[in-house]
Amino acid sequence: MAHGPAKGISRWLFTTNHKDIGTMYLWFSFAMFLLGGVFALVIRAELFEPGLQIVEPAFFNQMTTMHGLVMVFGAVMPAFVGLANWLIPMMIGAPDMALPRMNNWSFWILPFAFAMLASTLLMEGGAPNFGWTFYAPLSTTYAPPSVTFFIFAVHIMGASSIMGAINIIATILNMRAPGMTLMKMPLFVWTWLITAYLLIAVMPVLAGVVTMMLMDIHFNTSFFDAAGGGDPVLFQHVFWFFGHPEVYIMILPAFGVVSQIIPTFARKPLFGYASMVYATSSIAFLSFIVWAHHMFTVGMPVAGELFFMYATMLIAVPTGVKVFNWITTMFRGSMTFETPMLFSVAFVILFTIGGFSGLMLAIAPADFQYHDTYFVVAHFHYVLVPGAIFSITAAVYYWLPKWCGNMYNETMGKTHFWMAFIGLNLTFFPMHFVGLAGMPRRIPDYALQFADFNMIASMGAFLFGAAQILFLFNVIATIRGGKKATDEVWENPEGLEWTVPSPAPYHTFSVPPEVK
Amino acid sequence: MFIRERRLFACLLVLVTGLGSSALALADEMAEGVERWGVNMTQGVTPVSRDVYGLHMDIFWWCVGIGVVVFGVMFYTMIVHRKSNGAKASNFHESTTLEILWTVVPFLILIVMAIPATSSLLKIYDTDEADMDIMITGYQWKWKYEYLGQEVSFFSNLNTPLDQIQNRAPKGPNYLLEVDEPLVIPVKKKVRFLITANDVIHAWWVPDLAVKRDAVPGYVNESWAYVDEPGIYRGQCAELCGKDHGFMPIVVKALPQDEYDQWLDEKREAAAAIKALTEKTFEFDELYAQGEKIYNSVCAACHQPGGAGIPGTFPAIKGSPIATGPMQAHLEMVVHGSSKNPAMQAYGPQISEVDIASVITYQRNAFGNNMGDSVQPIDVLKFKQGK
Repeated sequence: MAHGPAKGISRWLFTTNHKDIGTMYLWFSFAMFLLGGVFALVIRAELFEPGLQIVEPAFFNQMTTMHGLVMVFGAVMPAFVGLANWLIPMMIGAPDMALPRMNNWSFWILPFAFAMLASTLLMEGGAPNFGWTFYAPLSTTYAPPSVTFFIFAVHIMGASSIMGAINIIATILNMRAPGMTLMKMPLFVWTWLITAYLLIAVMPVLAGVVTMMLMDIHFNTSFFDAAGGGDPVLFQHVFWFFGHPEVYIMILPAFGVVSQIIPTFARKPLFGYASMVYATSSIAFLSFIVWAHHMFTVGMPVAGELFFMYATMLIAVPTGVKVFNWITTMFRGSMTFETPMLFSVAFVILFTIGGFSGLMLAIAPADFQYHDTYFVVAHFHYVLVPGAIFSITAAVYYWLPKWCGNMYNETMGKTHFWMAFIGLNLTFFPMHFVGLAGMPRRIPDYALQFADFNMIASMGAFLFGAAQILFLFNVIATIRGGKKATDEVWENPEGLEWTVPSPAPYHTFSVPPEVK
Repeated sequence: MFIRERRLFACLLVLVTGLGSSALALADEMAEGVERWGVNMTQGVTPVSRDVYGLHMDIFWWCVGIGVVVFGVMFYTMIVHRKSNGAKASNFHESTTLEILWTVVPFLILIVMAIPATSSLLKIYDTDEADMDIMITGYQWKWKYEYLGQEVSFFSNLNTPLDQIQNRAPKGPNYLLEVDEPLVIPVKKKVRFLITANDVIHAWWVPDLAVKRDAVPGYVNESWAYVDEPGIYRGQCAELCGKDHGFMPIVVKALPQDEYDQWLDEKREAAAAIKALTEKTFEFDELYAQGEKIYNSVCAACHQPGGAGIPGTFPAIKGSPIATGPMQAHLEMVVHGSSKNPAMQAYGPQISEVDIASVITYQRNAFGNNMGDSVQPIDVLKFKQGK
């Protein structure tokens, strides 16, 4: 029954193996991470000094838009799906994903979606230039012709995400090893189960809103056109009904990753497992009723403002519970700080800082000053870069020895960490200052009082970019060789994935393990 | 390995100090009177802006306090409970008391924050009993101010020279934050702003007034300001609105009541004078010279200073079938806008007949178009009236 991988390119094209598909997802997302990173560096290079130096404002807007879209849909989401593919079957003692052929398809449509999106850069009129939030009517009546390609690319990405989510739910609910009750599942599995439900709930909403745009653009409907009786604010409500859960889609699996890593290096079980599960569920629930806090300045009635302000502030409670649990897990442990732990500790600190600015943004009257400034840019990069990106990086260092059987180079890993950590803070911390001092986001040129901090931010961005090249080098070197990893890799780590050999064989758990 | 890490740290230190010194080097090139290294929100000049600043600082200090406790415990444990210090791991992993405690305490802090935030919000939303109303309309990429009931209205455009933006001239202290005609308001009056947009969504933001409201086509949003001190307050569009989103600043000039009244009278007289000019017949050179000014402030953002446009996005004026074709079609395009491309607005209601006549004359004769003809303001008026 057991057989190895097929030979040549057909192994990757036709594979239904969760490990192969996970690998492809991870490499794809890294490629998109570099592409989105190049867009970010174009932005930071232009903003290095006041004045227009490198790009025209029209192209600058294409860069901010493409950076956001590629990072959200191309880098972060596929990376977490890749981790889910590799890890969930091994963590729950299943031989593979529940729907392996759909798994193949949900990966293989992604490169087409992003090829289509990237090709808009070469079209007449340029790529989408209306921001990753694509507010109508800038993205409909006033959009470049390439918006149609953008819409279809989003449709394909959405289809891929929905299929991935269905697969993950089916796998977790049906394929757990005997004895693994829901409340015994590793937290990474729990957070992904909840994330998958979020995906199924909101990706169709995104598909709906882009379809309405398509109708407005090509079939003379007026969903978002005030002149035809439509409503531009409706667009924002529908978009953010997708958009807010979407940001939790990008952070809940990160919570899961960190909840796996910190106990291993604190040599102590996770504190408050049950409360972590409940906190994650509460965050997921709250994510559906806070969307309009992205729209405090749109002119909602005061009752709406108050409701969304209170609901948003409430998110601080379950999020706080998670942070306190991680710190208590570390408390009176016996800690070591290998690369995955460094990234996880930085995650806890910097994500908490992003949480603080989030709490500040929740205060509606203060948000009238923060809204659409660099303070917001600082906030969401503090939750997404040390949140999503650092946790993905931590996950790669933590499980890479299990995946390829070799240990990575620890010195190089730590160098990568410190470069990324310093680069990130140099880039994003000054953004709080210029935002509070009055710099709007999404501008290609700025007033002179913002010059100093922008220069620092730009230098930090290039340092952060350089760190990722080191990461790529370290991962390739580890795959090609290095010290052999033991089956456990770390000291007494929790979880079924550490009971199989390193590297994990092509097929694992063909016979389900017994979980006590 | 330890040495290697220390060396790495030294390299990073050098890099950080390098950043600092190059930022200082920037100081020499900067214009006088620019307030640098600003790190915080302005307190502003209205009761509301001071309220907002107070809320901002309160929530900030709460965050700092929580941060000190949380990170304090975290760093303590990271320093003390290390394997290399011989720390032995304990095995505790549950405490209902703790979980309840750190759910309830943050909740109480949130309630303490929500009370002043609610009262500020209610105050901001109370737009009743204003002393005067100003209609603000966002356009790609300029603002229109209409003093309701006063018969005064005008557009406000960026007037930073292109040479400064393209680094051919030194930048002034108000680089990108200066306009040809500021919004003028009286101090110590409740001024209500009615905010809307003509094309895409914009947002009208002046930090010193703590007013930021989206300008949404089809909606009229309300906001207000009561400015205490005379002065000039600068802001920018805060919602991505297309190519020149970064180039549509806002300048508010707050004047004592008597000076404001005087300004209002002058504005009315100027408007009457412009109306009278519609009847006048202009020389070609007068029209051409005025047209060049109007072209650069109104048309050049899209059609570019040289008239070449941006291929695929904004058509060229140079050699265009409209600028080198029949006059009627040219008037149609400028007065009523393009039916195919919404970015080409209807300028009929936006600029005076004199300016329309001038800019058309300019476009037909500049950039090598050399049509040799011109149009008079009175013809524009007749065209508008359908004659």
